[in-house]
Amino acid sequence: MIDVQKLTKWYGRVLAVDSISFHVDKGMIVGLLGPNGAGKSTTMKVLTCFQPASSGRASVAGFDVLSQSLEVRKNVGYMPEAVPLYPEMRVREFLAFRAALRGIAARERAREIDRVAERCWLSQPENMLNRRLGELSRGYKQRVGLAEVLLHNPPVLILDEPTIGLDPAQIRAMRDLIKSLTPDHTVILSSHILAEVEQTCNHIIIIAGGRIAANGTPAELRQKVVGPSRVVAEVRGCEQAQLLEAAKKLPGVIDAEISPHGNWHRLLIRGGENSDLRNDVFQMAAGRNWQLRELRREVASLEDFFVQITYQQNLRTGQRLGATA
Amino acid sequence: MTKTLVLARRELASYFVSPMAYIVAALFLMGSGGWFFSEIFRQGNEASLRVLFDGMAMMMVAAVPLLTMKLISDELRSGTIETLMTAPVTEVEIVLGKFLGVLALYVILLAGTAVYLVLMALYGQPDAGVAVMGYVGMLLLGTAFIAVGVFASTLTRYQLVAAIIGIAVLALFTLVMPWMVRTASAPLNHLAARLNVMAYFQDFSRGTFDSRGVVFFLGSAVLFLFLSVKTLESRRWR
Repeated sequence: MIDVQKLTKWYGRVLAVDSISFHVDKGMIVGLLGPNGAGKSTTMKVLTCFQPASSGRASVAGFDVLSQSLEVRKNVGYMPEAVPLYPEMRVREFLAFRAALRGIAARERAREIDRVAERCWLSQPENMLNRRLGELSRGYKQRVGLAEVLLHNPPVLILDEPTIGLDPAQIRAMRDLIKSLTPDHTVILSSHILAEVEQTCNHIIIIAGGRIAANGTPAELRQKVVGPSRVVAEVRGCEQAQLLEAAKKLPGVIDAEISPHGNWHRLLIRGGENSDLRNDVFQMAAGRNWQLRELRREVASLEDFFVQITYQQNLRTGQRLGATA
Repeated sequence: MTKTLVLARRELASYFVSPMAYIVAALFLMGSGGWFFSEIFRQGNEASLRVLFDGMAMMMVAAVPLLTMKLISDELRSGTIETLMTAPVTEVEIVLGKFLGVLALYVILLAGTAVYLVLMALYGQPDAGVAVMGYVGMLLLGTAFIAVGVFASTLTRYQLVAAIIGIAVLALFTLVMPWMVRTASAPLNHLAARLNVMAYFQDFSRGTFDSRGVVFFLGSAVLFLFLSVKTLESRRWR
């Protein structure tokens, strides 16, 4: 449904998107995840034909974004981050205007407006469709923006930060609505909040510094999470030095440290990548008749991974810009 | 064409909820009314609308850019340009839609001045030919002026700057050119004569139909609308 090949976008001398490639199949909900300024919105602007790429190719619904721009725009519903609207227009009037621009026949417009209003919680309260857009809260503007992109029932929806500025209840409702759009629609949404993307999308593309840092399902990305695992244990019935010496002798231990925690010793052991030292720690304590009240393994989370790769990418980008300056 | 009309209708409707349109309309009607009563509607004066049309044309130098300043620049400022240009509409449709929307408002504004014609018909015998040609001239002049205003509005996201650019360009052709015709030496004064908007307009306000004027005004409108389309297109590449 969406195919991007070596897409690059320069703004003057600033490289916003650096040769990214990805593919999105029909019916998927893909999250573009990345810190602010990562290149998510720029990628979306290229996919929606608002701006052309500096190099590379992209196609949406089988149409090239550069040479078949009008066809792409017919097949895409795009909600920009700030949800820009005409403040002087009323909700129904605005939706009717956009429906007319989308080529929806006059006799079908009222029905389509009622359909999307119902779906995007705009039918309540009763006078909502008659209110001026300039008077609406951020949440309602977001709903109008979403209703607008659903008007012509496009196969592809591109939503730039759809939950930004919403309260928790609205975020949950928006998330459920986006999930309900599949399999009829293919959705690309952007966010800089991992939890948001993890809960809504079945595929995640992490962008940092204009490059794709990781690409896969949430489960696949979790598998890619590598890093030292840590075991935390609380032990007593022994001397601190005795415990530290025994812990350091366990196989695969890189480092160990102890801190007091009441009348218990809090032991923190760092092992190799994806190692699990819990059983060794248990055997160590049991074999010496030490009391053990907590034994827990901590692995790097997807969030650690996200923070780590975005940090690395930003560092590389900084070095690259420093080198070109 | 349908999308152009959809855009034109939205644009026209937006003026009826904007204070700027009412302020400009009020000032224009007050100005033209004052001009009418002080210069024409006096006992003994010739019952001709020529002086009125010339005065109204000069007022349009400021009035039209004040009406057109928001057209594209407000879309750029508010970000609605992004949703507009990602809808299946071309830049030509956007520019023409905006242009036709203001042109419709301009015609409504001109229609308001018909009251002067009625007053003159009640108290005198105005020249119908001058009246008809004067309005044809005003329409042609408005077409070119609006196109200049649309172009100025594509250049910046600040409405005030768009208005200043529009007024400056129109003042160049309506005030500076006649002055250059009088003061500059050849060949500059010949060039100025060719670009003198008021000279073309005064043919119509005197009641004559001059095809050179039609070509000049419509040609200018097409040129500035073309430049507007190209400026809007180039925004995608910036």
